[in-house]
Amino acid sequence: MAAPVKPVEQLDRVVIRFAGDSGDGMQLTGDRFTSETAQLGNDISTLPNFPAEIRAPAGTLPGVSSFQVHFADYDILTPGDSPNVLVAMNPAALKANLADLPAGADIIVNTDEFTKRNLVKVGYSVSPLEDGSLDQWAVHPVGLTSMTVAALADSGLSKKDAERAKNMFALGLLSWMYSRPYESTLRFLERKFAKRPELVAANKTAFTAGWNFGETTEDFSVRYEVKPAKMLPGNYRNITGNAALALGLVAAGVRAKLPVFLGAYPITPASDILHELSKHKKFGVTTMQAEDEIAAIGAALGASYGGALGITTTSGPGVALKGETISLAIALELPLVIVDVQRAGPSTGMPTKTEQADLNMALYGRHGEAPLAVIAPKSPSDCFHAAIEAARIALTYRTPVILLSDNYVANGSEPWLLPEVSELPDISVAYATEPNGEDGRFLPYLRDPETMARPWAIPGTPGLEHRIGGLEKADKTGDISYDPANHDFMVRTRQARIENIPVPDVEVEDPDENARVLVLGWGSTYGPIGAACRALRQRGLPVAQAHLRHLAPLPANLGSVLKAYDKIVIPEMNLGQLAHVIRARYLVDAIPFNQVSGLPFTAATLENMLEDVVKNG
Amino acid sequence: MVSTSIPLTPVKLTTKDFKSDQEVRWCPGCGDYAILAAVQSFMPELGIARENTVFVSGIGCSSRFPYYMNTYGMHSIHGRAPAIATGLSASRPDLSVWVVTGDGDALSIGGNHLIHALRRNVNLKILLFNNRIYGLTKGQYSPTSEIGKITKSTPVGSADSPFNPLSLALGAEATFVARTIDSDRKHLQSVLRAAAEHQGSAFVEIYQNCNIFNDGAFDLIKDADTRDEHLIRLEHGQPITFGNEQQYAVVHPEGSFGLQVQPGGTPIVHDATVDDPAYAFALSRLSGSDLNTTPIGVFRNVARPTYDDVVQKQLSDAKAQATGTPEQMLGELLSAGDTWTIL
Repeated sequence: MAAPVKPVEQLDRVVIRFAGDSGDGMQLTGDRFTSETAQLGNDISTLPNFPAEIRAPAGTLPGVSSFQVHFADYDILTPGDSPNVLVAMNPAALKANLADLPAGADIIVNTDEFTKRNLVKVGYSVSPLEDGSLDQWAVHPVGLTSMTVAALADSGLSKKDAERAKNMFALGLLSWMYSRPYESTLRFLERKFAKRPELVAANKTAFTAGWNFGETTEDFSVRYEVKPAKMLPGNYRNITGNAALALGLVAAGVRAKLPVFLGAYPITPASDILHELSKHKKFGVTTMQAEDEIAAIGAALGASYGGALGITTTSGPGVALKGETISLAIALELPLVIVDVQRAGPSTGMPTKTEQADLNMALYGRHGEAPLAVIAPKSPSDCFHAAIEAARIALTYRTPVILLSDNYVANGSEPWLLPEVSELPDISVAYATEPNGEDGRFLPYLRDPETMARPWAIPGTPGLEHRIGGLEKADKTGDISYDPANHDFMVRTRQARIENIPVPDVEVEDPDENARVLVLGWGSTYGPIGAACRALRQRGLPVAQAHLRHLAPLPANLGSVLKAYDKIVIPEMNLGQLAHVIRARYLVDAIPFNQVSGLPFTAATLENMLEDVVKNG
Repeated sequence: MVSTSIPLTPVKLTTKDFKSDQEVRWCPGCGDYAILAAVQSFMPELGIARENTVFVSGIGCSSRFPYYMNTYGMHSIHGRAPAIATGLSASRPDLSVWVVTGDGDALSIGGNHLIHALRRNVNLKILLFNNRIYGLTKGQYSPTSEIGKITKSTPVGSADSPFNPLSLALGAEATFVARTIDSDRKHLQSVLRAAAEHQGSAFVEIYQNCNIFNDGAFDLIKDADTRDEHLIRLEHGQPITFGNEQQYAVVHPEGSFGLQVQPGGTPIVHDATVDDPAYAFALSRLSGSDLNTTPIGVFRNVARPTYDDVVQKQLSDAKAQATGTPEQMLGELLSAGDTWTIL
């Protein structure tokens, strides 16, 4: 690959969306471009968007899969509202994404796929490449498929196999356009196709052909550069939320000095956590693919009873099925981590789309008074720390904890400043080893005065043999009790022991120190809210941001924080579930702002809404 | 010989050691008392340390069982005991884990967990108290009630066919399958002993009388004047015959898939170790709702790797290949893949 000869233009940020058929390899292409970009030191945020069907009918709108990557020379918070560049591998990909493109954006289209048949499939009677309907954009027609096949004419591959490398041609072209380092992609291809050397060669050839095409064609007159971002010093890797969450659970086991037991049933978008954890047996991580969601949490609870860090990972429909076992864990007062990677509901809903509508279920979705701790990560890399925090609370306070991730953070990615293992919190707790009552008696429900946790007395410990169960228990002894006063006491105690878990105060970001409007969020809306707040402040409109990691119990200072502002706005990807909690609990007239489209908020949407609140009250 | 991974008690235990301080609250005359007494008096001879014994149950009359055993125990939720016990057993090979369940708990609400525990061959001893009725909810028909059963919920008779629990377990290819009767302590204990010594899932159906809602359900095979004509006692290595004068034989007619009872025929010799579950399945089909020909004893007892052992071996193999402390390995794991450094 020759040195660049075309002029190079500096940009501070770029958003590229790769879009194609779900079989076109767009997720892989996006991943590789992201990895190259990370190597360069840009800040990055990515957003994949794909159908639930593995292979929807080829060339149709429902079959379109896309991957958006936002990279910049400063720290960014979202994958970007609208792409500067759309790579459209077929007419369906063009049509499905056109509405998101601002005027002037670049569109790179694979002209080979703009056949009559493919156009008709998506309702184009005339090719949009020819009727002037794309005039507001800079269209670059490229024969991606035919040029890939031509480049591979001598490869010995069939035409069909050669065509499959067209995503690498596109990646090569985009890598040239944005001056990305390509060595890691070439290494990746060697790893991926290690057993098929002919495919390594073909994909490398296609990549290089794409790069060289950019270099030589007159259609692309400029190359772009985005300088590295000023980020905190340290070692980084790009990571998705699901991967970070899985690593956080491994780290939790190491820092708790406990075996980890995951019971899970495959469900989108949580299955990747099961896949990742199944690779880490040397850390003492056992993964069990159970027969159903109920067995998955049952096995995890059984393992917790035996002294392991029991975990179950699922999505909303699975949490619904696990409800009764979560209640049992609350009655048994055993540690348990329940990960809910939220997706759009109700019922099967939209399994590959995001939503925050399981908050009510996490807080209240059980029979009886059944309180537990709930926490939520705010970004992909934050899933790592949130997982450790969930395990810490579960172990220290002997309670089930629901960790509310969602599809947006689970599949999105960002650079992750790698933590030092020694700086991760020590979350180890001690098992009970000695009788704690008079005359050598063991009282399984005698509580630690500070944590209100009962002893974790695991089978195999001599002298502590005891029976526990779902029936109401007498205080201290744990014997079956139908005593009215005891039940009232135990219900209140279970509530109090959750409410008394100390959680960090919520921090307010109000750099202007004169904001009258506070935006309160939780979970994955952190990025879009933060980006909207920044944009407003740059325009001289002060606004404060606070973001909740702990949803149960809530931070002790939240009430006073809320009362310090004239207006509280709560954007959520549901119909106002946190807003209900805040209004009920603090008697604050919070303004809900809700979107349940299956897509994350764009920063622009929030900026417009907040501008109105800030200016007009 | 119980599993070598389970510690034995250094002191000699007695029946009394296995009785908890809780008042037993089954109805007077319930068959559960006899089973509890049989288990409490049989546990000491296993020699397992009391603290390494765990009873896990679901919901139902039988599921109160763990409260009365002075071991570790969990009274869990309806139908889920096999799932909970699977997590416990797979992660703690040093425990002897027993599941106590009933016909509603194991075969209705928890049917899925039961068949999957058996399929996996988890090292659980599963005692299914079958009284063919829902007792704790006061008398509805159960998945083992005979068709046409008139109960509170089926005033003109139940419309659905019952499960044959042993056929179900054998369909899931359980490695140990047996049946016994609450009132026959000697037989009950001999079956429990064989179950305890089995490596893997041991499924034991115990016919148990509910004297309140389904009294006398098993009288035909319990009463001294009828039982010998209807009860088939399986003994490994012995010809299968029964009757007052052993006049009935269980035979395998040529060209038939199953077994039949034939007066004066040439009996087959019982072999519980036949690998093909079809043999034990054929035996299980001899018994129906009418109890007319009901085998008891160990139907099947074969060796197959346990889920627990395979899981533990995968862990130990991975750990054997690991180098460094867990913290060092974690540091390597976190920084795996494409990383970059900002100075």
